[in-house]
Amino acid sequence: MLHEHYAVVLLFILFGIFFANLALGAAKIFRPRSNRVGDKGVSFECGELPVGSAWVRFNIRFYLIALFFIIFDVEVIFIYPWAAVFKSLYPALGSLMFIEMMVFIAILVLGLVYIWAKGDLDWVKTLSKRDGNKEVSGA
Amino acid sequence: MEIITKLLTETFGLQLDNTGQLVAGGLTMALIMALVMATCAIVWTWAERKVAGFIQSRYGPMRVGKYHGALQPVADMVKILGKEDIIPDDADKPLFVLAPIIIFIASLLPWAAVPFAPGFIASDMDLGLFYIFAVSSGAIVGILMAGWASNNKWALYGAARGAAQMVSYEIPLALATIPVVMRTGSLNMNDIVIGQQGGIFHWNAFHDPFLFVAFMIYFISSIAEVNRGPFDMPETESELVAGYHTEYTGMRFALFFLSEYANLFLVSCIATAVFLGGWNLPVGNAVVLPGLVFLAKAVLLVLIQIWIRWTLPRLRVDQLMHVCWKVLIPLSLLCLLGSGILLMVSGEIAA
Repeated sequence: MLHEHYAVVLLFILFGIFFANLALGAAKIFRPRSNRVGDKGVSFECGELPVGSAWVRFNIRFYLIALFFIIFDVEVIFIYPWAAVFKSLYPALGSLMFIEMMVFIAILVLGLVYIWAKGDLDWVKTLSKRDGNKEVSGA
Repeated sequence: MEIITKLLTETFGLQLDNTGQLVAGGLTMALIMALVMATCAIVWTWAERKVAGFIQSRYGPMRVGKYHGALQPVADMVKILGKEDIIPDDADKPLFVLAPIIIFIASLLPWAAVPFAPGFIASDMDLGLFYIFAVSSGAIVGILMAGWASNNKWALYGAARGAAQMVSYEIPLALATIPVVMRTGSLNMNDIVIGQQGGIFHWNAFHDPFLFVAFMIYFISSIAEVNRGPFDMPETESELVAGYHTEYTGMRFALFFLSEYANLFLVSCIATAVFLGGWNLPVGNAVVLPGLVFLAKAVLLVLIQIWIRWTLPRLRVDQLMHVCWKVLIPLSLLCLLGSGILLMVSGEIAA
């Protein structure tokens, strides 16, 4: 019984692959053949020839956001099972159950306060604050 | 699923054992959901242009089709079918080809757990709500893949912004649903809807102030999650050309577009099921035309999202991150605290 629910997910994945390829295949029948003349294969950069590759080193901020995301998303994953059984276990465990989860969340909120105070949540001032260099406003 | 299997075995008289029923029912539901997605793309592109026209005191599409450009989406579809397929010379070809398919699958999968009506849900899994958030975040991988594989600076910027925005807003989005899970005591989507029976004040959004704030947080985050205005940073036309799908043409582009409009409807459907009572009517316990009631609520939410998109100016990237990390996340944690305490003191759960 349980497995059936997740077998449907597998069927959805298979059907998704089939349907996407069906759409792409249908387009293949109707569209003109690509003749690839001139600059057709050049990446778009406002009509100019592209300067260098786009595969360059990228801003560290995005990496920081991804790190924060992992921490908080794992927090959410831990809260979900607790929330699902809260109603059924509350009569037995009482408010202790609630307080325990609040302690767990408080520890993570402490982390949020820390990165907030460090300036890592500010999109622009991150680097200047970290270096203790208050005059530089942009990064 | 039950309705579909019944239809297949009884009305069409198919002789199926249990496995056969599961496979036939599952594939039929997948087909129906894919058609729902295609219908979304057709209806919402037209509705979006007409609403935009109305808001900006102009007509919008008028020519194609007899009534107010009603066949405009069909004309677009035909045009897209006839478009040349161009893969840039510098692109990473396998990833470039794979990205639209991944995005399409990531936007098809969550539909498996959307409860449209009693018995009309592809997979009545106990993890429903959790599953929806888990699989729909697969779109982030697709977006990053598309942006990176294109080897185009606009596409890469769009993809990086899109990924940062979607992962950030995923947290308030999920946190806002936790008070609902606490109140229902289940992650099963059917149970969540059934738990809201008995009129408008039993719907999660209007049950108590904390849940109303949670609904607002969910709604704002969901607009950001599907990359729509005022949060359309990944594809800002005026800054990044078209964002992560700049280099895509023809049907590959159409798959991105299809997923985008399907996701718009998906988040509205989830909001309907989780916060707005699903198929329950505003008054009374009776279940009347559940599918239509559900669709009416979801369509209303989509129209509000279109209204918001054409009314509010776009945020800057730093403002976007500020709203998420410094406003929505603390607020959603407060909601969790408040509604937990309210649950305990109001005696709604037996002490």
